[in-house]
Amino acid sequence: MYFYRHLCNICFIFSASFFFVHIATLAQNNQSNSFSYGDEIIIGSSAEASNLIPMLSSDSASHEVSGFIFNGLVKYDKDLTLIGDLAQSWEISEDGLVITFHLKKGIKWQDGTAFTADDVLFGYETIINEKTLSAYKEDYFQVKKAEVLDKYTFKVTYEKPFAPALASWGSLVVLPKHILEKEDINKTEFSRKPVGTGPFKFKEWVPGQKVILEANDNYFEGRPYLDGVVIRIIPDPTTMFLELKTQGLDWIGLSPLQYKKQTQSEFFKKNYRKFKYPSFSYTYLGFNLKHPWFSDKKIRQAIAHALDKEELVKGVLLGMGSISTGPYVPNTWPYNPNVRKYEYNPQKAKELLREAGWQDIDKDGILEKNGKKFEFTILTNMGNTTRIKTATIIQYRLREVGIKVDIRSLEWSAFINWFIDKKRFEAVILGWSIGLDPDQYDIWHSTKIKEKELNFVSFKNQEVDELLEKGRRTFDIEKRKQAYYRIQEILAEELPYIFLYVPDNLPIVSARFEGIAPAPIGIGYNIEKWYVPKNLHKYRIQE
Amino acid sequence: MLNYLSKKSLELLITFFGITLVSFFLINLAPGKPTDAVSDLNPRMTPEIRAIYEKQWGLDKPVHIRYFIWLKNFSKFDFGRSFSSDSRPAWDKIKERLPITILINSISMFFIFLIAVPIGIHSAVKPNSLSDKLTTVGVFVGFAMPVFWLALILQLILGVWLNILPVSGIRSLNYENLSWINKIFDSMRHLFLPIFITVFGSLVGISRYMRSTMQEALSQEYIVTARAKGLPESKVVYKHALRNAILPIITITGLSVPGLISGSVIFETIFAIPGVGQLLYQAAMARDIHVIMAEVVIVSILTLFGNLLADIGYALADPRIRVK
Repeated sequence: MYFYRHLCNICFIFSASFFFVHIATLAQNNQSNSFSYGDEIIIGSSAEASNLIPMLSSDSASHEVSGFIFNGLVKYDKDLTLIGDLAQSWEISEDGLVITFHLKKGIKWQDGTAFTADDVLFGYETIINEKTLSAYKEDYFQVKKAEVLDKYTFKVTYEKPFAPALASWGSLVVLPKHILEKEDINKTEFSRKPVGTGPFKFKEWVPGQKVILEANDNYFEGRPYLDGVVIRIIPDPTTMFLELKTQGLDWIGLSPLQYKKQTQSEFFKKNYRKFKYPSFSYTYLGFNLKHPWFSDKKIRQAIAHALDKEELVKGVLLGMGSISTGPYVPNTWPYNPNVRKYEYNPQKAKELLREAGWQDIDKDGILEKNGKKFEFTILTNMGNTTRIKTATIIQYRLREVGIKVDIRSLEWSAFINWFIDKKRFEAVILGWSIGLDPDQYDIWHSTKIKEKELNFVSFKNQEVDELLEKGRRTFDIEKRKQAYYRIQEILAEELPYIFLYVPDNLPIVSARFEGIAPAPIGIGYNIEKWYVPKNLHKYRIQE
Repeated sequence: MLNYLSKKSLELLITFFGITLVSFFLINLAPGKPTDAVSDLNPRMTPEIRAIYEKQWGLDKPVHIRYFIWLKNFSKFDFGRSFSSDSRPAWDKIKERLPITILINSISMFFIFLIAVPIGIHSAVKPNSLSDKLTTVGVFVGFAMPVFWLALILQLILGVWLNILPVSGIRSLNYENLSWINKIFDSMRHLFLPIFITVFGSLVGISRYMRSTMQEALSQEYIVTARAKGLPESKVVYKHALRNAILPIITITGLSVPGLISGSVIFETIFAIPGVGQLLYQAAMARDIHVIMAEVVIVSILTLFGNLLADIGYALADPRIRVK
């Protein structure tokens, strides 16, 4: 779960991460004609990767590149279930405390050395090392004991059952021991020329310009059809779009405006294919529940009735998204579609406000209570126009029910350090990007309300606390589902946030690539199976 | 002269340390820490992990101690490592971006002088003529036009519609396979637009300066004398007037030396040029103290050095200053 401030800048693409469903244009799957090796794909990225060792970087640009190079023991399949990647299989003990991984045999690092369980242990020991600067340590601190049973068997024992544990054995902790054993992980050159086990291997990094990857001939799932991947760094979204128009790029992420209005020409229909599926993130209006007005549930519900989420999706995202009703994305297994919904109904909003004691006594259009006018400020971060537009529409809708809203946008660090951390706000518009595991302990648990912690709205609900605990302590998906379903019901009733919308990912890919099979997880998951028919080859890797 | 120089140098040294001190403390006054980019609102970031980060980076120490540590490392020419997740030495990050920034800026500067000085002289010699008015309007249009707008329009026309220039970047994807002559040609094609836009937007300053100092020089009595003794007009203008009128331009030149390395965020972003401007902007947003300080050091050294150069240039061009 990551704050998705980055996501907007990183107008990208390999949102392989993330979700579902309907694919707009011709999702042609007829892979009938000739598979052919060769050609490269040029991907546009607005940010440069910083560090290609997955455990050390926390920016999505780095993970997008290292995702081509590294594998984990497990990975999320296209339909979002966990499957083996470097692991052939695994067993979880009855009590949920021990996970034993059986690794695939014969896999080699890209330099030819054999991959074994020692590499996994090495990765684990590296990440928990005091000196390693990794933001992902916490999941591995839960491990009581990690052992190599034999070359291809790796066993971890936990203190308590921990459901997100299985997914944590992804690509973060698989590192080539033979290369890194004697290196200082924080300073090693390896971070800029990595060796992995994945479908593509690192070739060259031209700082500030591009990263070049080439096909790994010995990839254990078979050599990719494409000869290479080039990630070009183009910081300005408009320039990136112009590059697309000159066909200098094969794959970029579009903005809603570009998707809807600027790519309708014959040129685009002929040369590109567009895709559309929900991103793994949502935008919300969060209240400071310590504030005397917003501590009253009726007021929060009144505001929910005063807002028209459909209008926000249409106005802000030009329809390229869906309304949000809770902290999960529609069509994923933890998502509960049957929670309380607040239809747009200004009359009802006014009634609720009146019940809470707010009335327009001096007839100036703004409600009062005990001589105070209902006026508050929505804070958001500067530079995010989507959020500012959202705030503006909310301002207009709330004015209709007699609430005056001011909007203030702040530079990111000042916003977080002076306002969020110190709880000096009335309401905020922000977004979360969510991981594939439904555990959201840190956001909703009542112990997580201290400075720098994520329950900054100060939400407190004992039942939610218990359910969060329950949900992360069992591997039984049905039991987890029950817990998360109930959490969503409570959140919809209590409304610490008003969940606004889930924006769509809008990638566009050159039409010469075949084999793209859109799935809940996105389009990038099977890039090693993409190919270009021989007569359409455009680039050739030169030695 | 030697005495003058050594006195000046001592002044510069003190100023330099003042700059680093003030900068370091100012950066630390801004809200947020260098580690925030990783830790802010990141659910995986427990207080313990945050403490590990702060300890590793020495951020648990008070700011004045950190300044002395920085100063100590700096005395060994070590600017420290970047706080971004690449942890690379700050100087390496700047170094790899310097050449392209310096290249673009020096070529631009060359053209700015090459074009602006004659425009200024011409306008001064024939004030209020049609050509004076046209060039004046021209340079002001260049100045007033937003860089990003002009850049995008030219990218669209020359890059997309006519398809004669690349839209962005500094090299083609197949650059490595080109012959050396084509490599130069390729670079020129890529650099044309950024340089054109920089030059067009910056003509106004120098040309207007040149025009006013030249006009002032031409109204002096020694010009009347020169004309009276029958010197050809070209000699009057280029030898007698120009030599006096060029002095302030030397100052400006000296002061624009630091501009050579401080790239522009706007055009670097639009043209996807991996220059120093972008790096500095990102560093400032991420509170990456070591990178900011390294940049501060370089810019202030160049500024001070530029000042010194201007002083020396003055002394060379103007005998009165030399005597003092």
